[in-house]
Amino acid sequence: MYKYDEYDSQIVKERTKQFRGQTERFFDGTLDGDDFLPLRLQNGLYVQRLAPMLRIAIPYGMLSSTQLRKLASISRDYDKGYAHFTTRQNVQFNWPDMKDVPDILEELNSVEMHSIQTSGNCIRNTTSDQFAGVIENEVTDPRPYCEIIRQWSTLHPEFAFLPRKFKIAVNACPDADRVAIAVHDIGLEIVKNEANEIGFKVFVGGGLGRTPVIGQEIRNFLPEKDLLTYLDAIVRVYNMHGRRDNKFKARIKILVRALTPVKFAELVEAEWQYHKDTGTQLTQTEIDRVKGFFTEPAYAALENNPSNFETAKTEHKAFANWVKRNLHSHKKPGYAAVTLTLKKVGIPTGNASDKQLEAVADMADQYSFGEVRVTHEQNVVLADVRQDQLFEVWQKAKALGFATPNLGMLTDMVCCPGGDYCGLANAKSIPVAEQIQLKFDDLDYLYDLGKLDLNISGCMNACGHHHIGDIGILGVDKRGDEFYQVSLGGRSGRDASLGKILGPSFARAEMADVIEKIINVYTENRTGEELFVDTFRRIGMAPFKERVYAKAN
Amino acid sequence: MPKLIKNTDLIADLIENTCQTLDKDFSGSVDEVLAITGTVLVPKKFWLANVAQLAAQDKIGVWLDSDEGPEELEVHLDKLALIAINFPKFVDGRGYSYARILRDRLGYKGELRAIGDIMHDQMFYLNRCGFDAFAVREDKDAEVVRKGLDDFSNCYQAATDQKQPLFRRR
Repeated sequence: MYKYDEYDSQIVKERTKQFRGQTERFFDGTLDGDDFLPLRLQNGLYVQRLAPMLRIAIPYGMLSSTQLRKLASISRDYDKGYAHFTTRQNVQFNWPDMKDVPDILEELNSVEMHSIQTSGNCIRNTTSDQFAGVIENEVTDPRPYCEIIRQWSTLHPEFAFLPRKFKIAVNACPDADRVAIAVHDIGLEIVKNEANEIGFKVFVGGGLGRTPVIGQEIRNFLPEKDLLTYLDAIVRVYNMHGRRDNKFKARIKILVRALTPVKFAELVEAEWQYHKDTGTQLTQTEIDRVKGFFTEPAYAALENNPSNFETAKTEHKAFANWVKRNLHSHKKPGYAAVTLTLKKVGIPTGNASDKQLEAVADMADQYSFGEVRVTHEQNVVLADVRQDQLFEVWQKAKALGFATPNLGMLTDMVCCPGGDYCGLANAKSIPVAEQIQLKFDDLDYLYDLGKLDLNISGCMNACGHHHIGDIGILGVDKRGDEFYQVSLGGRSGRDASLGKILGPSFARAEMADVIEKIINVYTENRTGEELFVDTFRRIGMAPFKERVYAKAN
Repeated sequence: MPKLIKNTDLIADLIENTCQTLDKDFSGSVDEVLAITGTVLVPKKFWLANVAQLAAQDKIGVWLDSDEGPEELEVHLDKLALIAINFPKFVDGRGYSYARILRDRLGYKGELRAIGDIMHDQMFYLNRCGFDAFAVREDKDAEVVRKGLDDFSNCYQAATDQKQPLFRRR
């Protein structure tokens, strides 16, 4: 994991001091609310429906047990004893007092964390694969590049006031994309060329929100040393030419579409000519320095499938189910990556209590070299667990409510905080998730359904990524009432596509029944193990529409 | 009286801002402009249209609005001692890129002044992008605003003020 040196520490401390000053000026009246707003957003501080919300960055999803314990103590001392994991590898506190925020930031700084640029119209936290560094088939570990991007983007003097928010994601896995680079402002795919050199395939202009778009490739192979100069060129073109007259047309996707990807790429290449040979060109020393923080932990020499693991699977069906669902294979024999699911019925998606955070920290120390990763599906991963300790881990996780073996299934929903917490939401999302979880509580049935993404957003800002779920639910406001629009056939990752709207929206009470009808059409039409999106692409929207909107006899 | 912070030789001076800024659509005559006492900032379009008469005048500077890039000034830069870039709202960040293009690419050496919605919280970024003069928003205490120049003692990126990013210095 990356460790701060004196420079990194000083920068986050000075940022907190700056924010303390801004907060003081706000409270003494020399900084008015309208001017404070963009400044506090750039420190992750929203003022929501019920209370302020503070969003903290978890750079590319990595957290140490020390950091987890700090989050737990902050949630206890300054909040209501829980934290919320978001869909972009951030964590949020929903009830801090505005006056306490500078103190919270100081606490975070003490464990090398911060909230810099977690909101606002600037470059946000760079996200990556939760299995980075532990899977066999990645081109190289993407995290060093994410850290290099984090440093470049942190307090970038030219790009603090962009037309709109700006998100970068990095993937290094040729056969999977767990970070959804296709729906980011910039998606970077790490690849190797014929000479076996590392570089990036560059996609721009993807995004969700009210105009969902799949990103377009503008560079087939960008050498690694050119990473930052090329990013500077892209963001400068966007900063100068992105629309600022209409917030809903201000994302880079609108600019790329207006210019066409080809023309946009030409502008970037022309701009880049002025940047590529400057001091910002990466040095091998720097790449090696940062890579030095992401070396392998002290793995033991082990064999796959140890006997106690095999026995436990035979003796405990529930353990076997969990193994099937919640484990990911590891590059080292005898190890596995374990996903702890934060999707238990009755608990808002992504929420974890202080006690749970501390328990996860203990588990990380005991079983996974003191580190965890958070995922964009709002779960937590122990990436380096010995297979001969999996049964123990499962028992502990089960006791904590972290072992619902529903990873990737219908009830493992992605869900934003919605109208219960968020000032932007049109409708509540958490009660809908709960209603569906209660309806589909038969695990055997869920296994038969297999992998199915159900994503819920409380408004068209799409924090719940509803466009790229097999089934997407969007909260809409209809003459002051909360309604829900359903879309079908979205897909994230490889072969990403955007869902299509089913038809008129529904009242909240109808939602679980609507989802059940959709699932029934799927199961009646699916061939073998066919995925939802494939069945949908084959049979089209009509059968779903007919069933859901059929008049009752 | 509004204040102007001039950051020359790393000591920020505070002076009365007596400069007159003509409207973007100013349609008066060159004589009218020359008759004004003190420094005058004229809009880009007017300046380009009257460059022959205005370029020789030390007291005349040109100002760019946030939707007016600096490229057309390139051929005239040796005749310009003062360029101002307007920030109609501080969240409109185009001026930062214009400043860097003027300084880093076009080699402009004269005064580069940030005007408009200028307060404490942009000072550090503006300075990094090559601005060396700051016309402080009238309702703000310039003494306080000036402190914004020192918000950070180091930074990760290269910019106009520091051509080497931190990774080449750490």
